[in-house]
Amino acid sequence: MEITTPMKETTDIILEGGGNPLELCYQCGLCTGVCPWNRLVSFPLRKLIHKSQLGVVDFENEEVWQCVGCNACVDRCPRDVEVPFIMRALRRVIMEVGAGIVPHSLRISEKNISAVGNPLGEPPEKRMDWAKDLGIKTFTKGTEILYFPCCYQTYDPPAQKVAKATIDILKKAKVDFGIPDNNVVCCGESIRKAGAESLFQRLAKTNIDIFAELGVKKILVTSPHCYHTFKDEYPDLGANYEVIHLSQYLAELIKDSRIKMTKELNKKVTYHDSCCLGRYQGIYDEHREILNSIPGLEFVEMPETREYSLCCGGCAGRLWMESKKGERLSELRLEQVFEVGANTLAISCPYCMANFNDGVISMNKAEVLEVKDLSELVVEAL
Amino acid sequence: MAEKKVATKKDTEPKIGVYICHCGSNIAGTVDVPQVVEFAKGLQAVAIAREYKFMCSDPGQSMIKDDIKQLGLNRVVVASCSPLLHEPTFRHAVQEAGMNPYLFEMANIREHCSWTTEDHGEATEKAKALVSAAVKRIFYHQPLEVREVPVNPNTLIVGGGIAGIQAALEIADAGHKVYLVEKDPSIGGHMIQFDKTFPTLDCSACILTPKMTSVGSHPNIELMTYSEVEEIAGFIGNFKAKIRKKAKFVDESKCNGCGVCIEKCPWKADSEFDLGLSQRKAIYTPFPQAVPNIPVIDKESCAYFLKGKCRACEKFCEREAIDFEQQDKVVEIDVGNIIIATGYDPFDPTPIVKYGYGEFPNVVTGLEFERICNSVGPTGGKIVLKDGSEPKSIAIIHCVGSRDENYHKYCSRVCCMYALKYSHLIKEKTKADVYQMYIDMRCFGKGYEEFYKRLADEGVTFIRGKPAEVTDRAINEEEKGKLIVVGEDSLLGTVVRVPVDMVVLCIALQARSDAKNVAQMFTISQGADDFFIERHPKLDPVATMTEGVFIAGCCQGPKDIPDTVAQASAAATRVLALISKGKVELEAAVAVIDEEKCSGCRICNLLCPYNAIDFIEKEEVSRINEALCKGCGTCVAACPSAAITHKHFTTEEIMAEIEGVLV
Repeated sequence: MEITTPMKETTDIILEGGGNPLELCYQCGLCTGVCPWNRLVSFPLRKLIHKSQLGVVDFENEEVWQCVGCNACVDRCPRDVEVPFIMRALRRVIMEVGAGIVPHSLRISEKNISAVGNPLGEPPEKRMDWAKDLGIKTFTKGTEILYFPCCYQTYDPPAQKVAKATIDILKKAKVDFGIPDNNVVCCGESIRKAGAESLFQRLAKTNIDIFAELGVKKILVTSPHCYHTFKDEYPDLGANYEVIHLSQYLAELIKDSRIKMTKELNKKVTYHDSCCLGRYQGIYDEHREILNSIPGLEFVEMPETREYSLCCGGCAGRLWMESKKGERLSELRLEQVFEVGANTLAISCPYCMANFNDGVISMNKAEVLEVKDLSELVVEAL
Repeated sequence: MAEKKVATKKDTEPKIGVYICHCGSNIAGTVDVPQVVEFAKGLQAVAIAREYKFMCSDPGQSMIKDDIKQLGLNRVVVASCSPLLHEPTFRHAVQEAGMNPYLFEMANIREHCSWTTEDHGEATEKAKALVSAAVKRIFYHQPLEVREVPVNPNTLIVGGGIAGIQAALEIADAGHKVYLVEKDPSIGGHMIQFDKTFPTLDCSACILTPKMTSVGSHPNIELMTYSEVEEIAGFIGNFKAKIRKKAKFVDESKCNGCGVCIEKCPWKADSEFDLGLSQRKAIYTPFPQAVPNIPVIDKESCAYFLKGKCRACEKFCEREAIDFEQQDKVVEIDVGNIIIATGYDPFDPTPIVKYGYGEFPNVVTGLEFERICNSVGPTGGKIVLKDGSEPKSIAIIHCVGSRDENYHKYCSRVCCMYALKYSHLIKEKTKADVYQMYIDMRCFGKGYEEFYKRLADEGVTFIRGKPAEVTDRAINEEEKGKLIVVGEDSLLGTVVRVPVDMVVLCIALQARSDAKNVAQMFTISQGADDFFIERHPKLDPVATMTEGVFIAGCCQGPKDIPDTVAQASAAATRVLALISKGKVELEAAVAVIDEEKCSGCRICNLLCPYNAIDFIEKEEVSRINEALCKGCGTCVAACPSAAITHKHFTTEEIMAEIEGVLV
């Protein structure tokens, strides 16, 4: 039989990389049972944590890259073990020490972010081109709100619709806002979870310096990932902002009657709670308030919503890693959308949008289901 | 109040004896004791300074006593360990030599000095400073009187479960009066709800009802059921309690427990005793063996109280014992000691949505399963599903609400054992397969591990892993119509799906929902887990920080019946010790208000954690009840008029001590 000896030095390296939560785990196995991966493929999560405790992780095994950081396990763990922190530490060992191989497509995205500040590898000078003809100003000192769209929403045409819809809404509500200039870079949230810690530090510093010079106090985002890192991670680097996601802002604007939705949308809509706004932040109600106040819209709930929502599979850098058809979390979730008979899937995250759009096409359901961001639905009703 | 005899010496001129202890090498290994002795000799009013290896020993103490007698010392300073350890020892020693114990002071040159540093020079300097502080302080010490108060031999026990019953019987059998107050219509607590008890599988009612009957008929026990304590005042040995006896609408002196009224009553409600699994009448006894066997009328479900109709019970009662006009009665009693034995509440697993309690009818809690197994329970003791059919398989999930940061962090101690017990009962009464989903098996007590082994022979399947969910969404034919327990088997390393007919959740034991009110009323504290806090977790588990108030049983923390009975006996013993002593000494280092200076602002009243300060309306001043005051000093510090003096910790004493350390 194979004999294992614990390797303390490896455990120490994992701990130093931020993997301390592994010390709390008492190996009950609840996480493995909760993890949505185990409905599709095999992800022996509890065992991986024990291997981390003993320092005998096989860094060349794919399982190190499997965790999507959705926090479904963290929410229910009886010891409050923050599993994504452990995974991040393991990935840091690979990225920084070279103990294993970085998945190819992730490596490309990482290089892109490092070189030109966005995962798509697009030129930084063109970052704000999407807004060229929209007649909006660049943020300067004294502007109330900085609207910071996700890299995808600035460069990727389907996602750009969300940024443009957001602008429509902000203009209608006469909000005093500005967009950043071409010098800002990716917020770094997902690449950090994928193990690229020093890259994240560099990206954050770039953004923080720019924001400081401009006197930014309030940031509006349309990606829950930007929300998470600006609100929860940038303060560790000394930068504190009031961060608000569009769904929260929309709920406010609707309540204060600053925008009025009068057109009827005859759609049967279901809403997918994103991990980064839902489980991470506890924000669930605002989206439902918005959808329920759009005239003509029929709102249905899927099974497993709110804190039990199934991740689309895009967090923690998984968006940049390959999954085989038939082994994608987004497909699992889409089955539930079809189950409730919705013809529109409302989301509030660019990664969810990308994953579900891909899923709809690969499952041949483009005729049946459209994926729309909340901002797009609201604009249709204005 | 008896005055302690105090030997007086002419103490116009302080004559101080200073004794520096070596404490073996504990102090002498780091502090240069001879140097400190020389230093002490040079301090003002020090008549003699000596050193010795172990001051607390007999020869050490004799040294002090001889010096007092021969040299006419009127103050003694011992520089040694912590006062928590030996202040009483030395106070006693000087008292034997005829000196007032409050004219003694300790300087801690061990825990505060030799044990904090390895630097000999620094330790010696600090020891000198501490000795100087003690010597300067002792100038201002006054001979204080320790007062004695008598102890009322009656005892109040709050809670009539096994803990309260045990304690009551022990005190009553010793010949003293007990008031046992229980809020439910009958005593018995949770124990009487159980079927069999682990590890012996004794029938719970069979072992408990004899004790209940003894309580009911004991000449020294005044049993007040359907009653609650409303107010407590006083202090150890002298408590005054107000107890509200809720109206039962049945005259206890006339009722003979024949039960005809219950039979004839046409109105029903959910049975609290059966946790809502069955119904009881509006006039009811909670269970057949109730003590006292007197029914009560529940106003919320009685047609007479709700609509003015019926009165069937009254018509049929041959003894004319029904009295709809009966009122609550408040009685006042005097007791010397109080034992709190209020027990626990079961955890409600509804918030754990993924386990389906409340959604699936065949997911039940441990306590509900007890009632199902019990022969006078909702199913007559048959283990059946909600539709009456026999289950072919049952899963028992451990640690529901326990060992969980999301609910209760602690382990509830009894669940592993009662889970094994259920396995046995299921195997005894049905042919069902039994699965136990556990994380650890905690079988720590006498006969417990052997009981675990016994279960292995009975064919129970153990799966190590905390389940992620209980679902009815089947993925194959085998699972249709079943409840499927999904989780990782951590020993296999695979996810398992176990289809069963019934799921039993081993729920946590938690503090009672009204524990906060009880704590406030009796001036005791709750811990972070909401259970009442004992004086010391290892060495004093039944006393509380309030003298004269004891705790026993699950109100102090989850535990099994053997440990509950042991604690109840312990509490009873402490009470009997106090009754036997007959009197208590009150600490002399208390606070006192100079009424000339008191402005009547009352800031101190609310600050006192012991409710020891009363405001005298007529005189517009506050006054401290010396018996309740613990000398914490909060009021002394807060008084804006500097009207409060803290005996033995006066401003002069403290300033002198500071001066001694600094100069």
